[in-house]
Amino acid sequence: MQSQTMAAEKLSPVALPADAAIAIDDVTLRFVTPDGHMMTAIRDFTMTVARGEFACVVGPTGCGKSTTLNLVTGLLRPTTGNVRVMGNPVTDISRDIGFVFQADALFPWRSVIDNVAAGPLFRGMPKQEAYDKARDWIGRVGLSRFEKHYPHQLSGGMRKRVALAQTFINQPKILLMDEPFSALDMQTRTAMQDELLGLWSGLKSSVVFVTHDLEEAVALADKVYVLTAGPGTVKSVYRIDLPRPRVMADIRYDPKFIETAKVIWNDLREEVQLGQSRGLQASH
Amino acid sequence: MTAISPTDQAARATSIVAAEAQARARLRKRHTLVVGLRLAILVVFLGLWELGADYNIIDPFFFSSPSGIWEQIWSWVTEGTSQGPLWLQIYVTLEETFLGFAIGAVGGIVAGIILGRNKLLADVFSIYIKIANSVPRVVLGSVFIIALGLGMASKVALAVVMVFFVVFANAFQGVREADRAMIANAQILGASPFQITTSVIIPSAMSWILASLHVSFGFALVGAVVGEFLGAKQGMGLLISTAQGAFNANGVFAAMIILAVMALVVEFLITRFENYVVKWRPAPFNEQGT
Repeated sequence: MQSQTMAAEKLSPVALPADAAIAIDDVTLRFVTPDGHMMTAIRDFTMTVARGEFACVVGPTGCGKSTTLNLVTGLLRPTTGNVRVMGNPVTDISRDIGFVFQADALFPWRSVIDNVAAGPLFRGMPKQEAYDKARDWIGRVGLSRFEKHYPHQLSGGMRKRVALAQTFINQPKILLMDEPFSALDMQTRTAMQDELLGLWSGLKSSVVFVTHDLEEAVALADKVYVLTAGPGTVKSVYRIDLPRPRVMADIRYDPKFIETAKVIWNDLREEVQLGQSRGLQASH
Repeated sequence: MTAISPTDQAARATSIVAAEAQARARLRKRHTLVVGLRLAILVVFLGLWELGADYNIIDPFFFSSPSGIWEQIWSWVTEGTSQGPLWLQIYVTLEETFLGFAIGAVGGIVAGIILGRNKLLADVFSIYIKIANSVPRVVLGSVFIIALGLGMASKVALAVVMVFFVVFANAFQGVREADRAMIANAQILGASPFQITTSVIIPSAMSWILASLHVSFGFALVGAVVGEFLGAKQGMGLLISTAQGAFNANGVFAAMIILAVMALVVEFLITRFENYVVKWRPAPFNEQGT
């Protein structure tokens, strides 16, 4: 293979730069299930995300992708190894973190503006200021006409926009996303990916974006982590050298993109097959 | 591709208006039909009852008759009951019901939220609540009469225990069912544990709690009436038990109907309150004007 023309460069996963925004260092996480068995969620897991870098994590179902995010938030503690965010060990939920969930996590009893203003209000910002800020962010995601609407009155794509505004209003230095667009249809998803890249380029947060969709990962990321079937560990890391700004609707027809996706898919495929066959055995 | 001429568009617009008018007319017709059928059923039922009583197929001594019940209500309204004016009886029963309902509901909500938020307390107390809940609560009426006397307190106490467990169980369940992602979201957005309780847990338990208020108002009324049954100086329950003692079927049915009307009025008010509190909720799929 002619590696100099390739957009995907395989990296060694061990390098741990000191100034990384997120550094997960050789972490193993085990927990005891309610029926008393020890389960290993992830093992010997090492990952770094530089400041302003967009990292995607792909892997088969049930390999512990979401676990990595919860380690960064501090909702889960590693059994061995350590996790650092902005150079500090994770002790509590950091104010620097924003999280976009897969499921709808908006508050259905709050209108759009009340949802978006929630973060600043929780953090003690004066009401007037919080609402002014919320109005600004609602405008940025293009929902100014829907300020007073309740979530159930909006489409799935619009609710995701509200969720993005709700997260971005806190201006998180670290942005964690857990398959945020997986429930959306293809066209809406493409639009939301563009929206996300637009917001991200303005804020330059460090992003960890978990997805099972490899093409989404390649299209968005600077760096793609491929995980093994559970208990997950890093199988390989690829640097994606596609130029920015990227346009989601066009990038999937870019030959460089297709080539990159193919290379990583070859790596991911056997893990997916392994995960599938295990899933079938477990259900017997 | 073919262009549509403006005349066609105009014709189309008028046909849409006509179709809409037709659809509205159909809806109105159906509504009239539903209301008409409801009235018809009521008239037929009351008519058959009255005729049955007139021709002695239904013995009016035991099962009363619509006209007999009406006369009884009318005489209570115009001449008062054996224990004083009718409105006073209604007032006394309502007062006991509302007091019991309010105390039981507030207690149930507070206890439900505290236990729902604290796993240890929930695990420790759940067994006792189960035991207390399995006691047939009407029996407690006798205990309360002995302890608290024939006055209002014993009826209120019975209404409280009738209401408390229902509201508690629902509030507890509502707190437990609060969406995990939503709680995590609030936590990451920066909410403190207290803020999570007030702005996530309580609103999301609200629909459970309101559902229990519907049911438990009926229970509060049962508590008050049964309490009066067991021993009282005033109230609708006493009215029923006096009528029962005198083999006055008209009186029993008349009091029953007055109680049903009271319950329906309050139910209507609770529904109004509920719609006001949870106006963020999508409209029920099948909401018919009643």
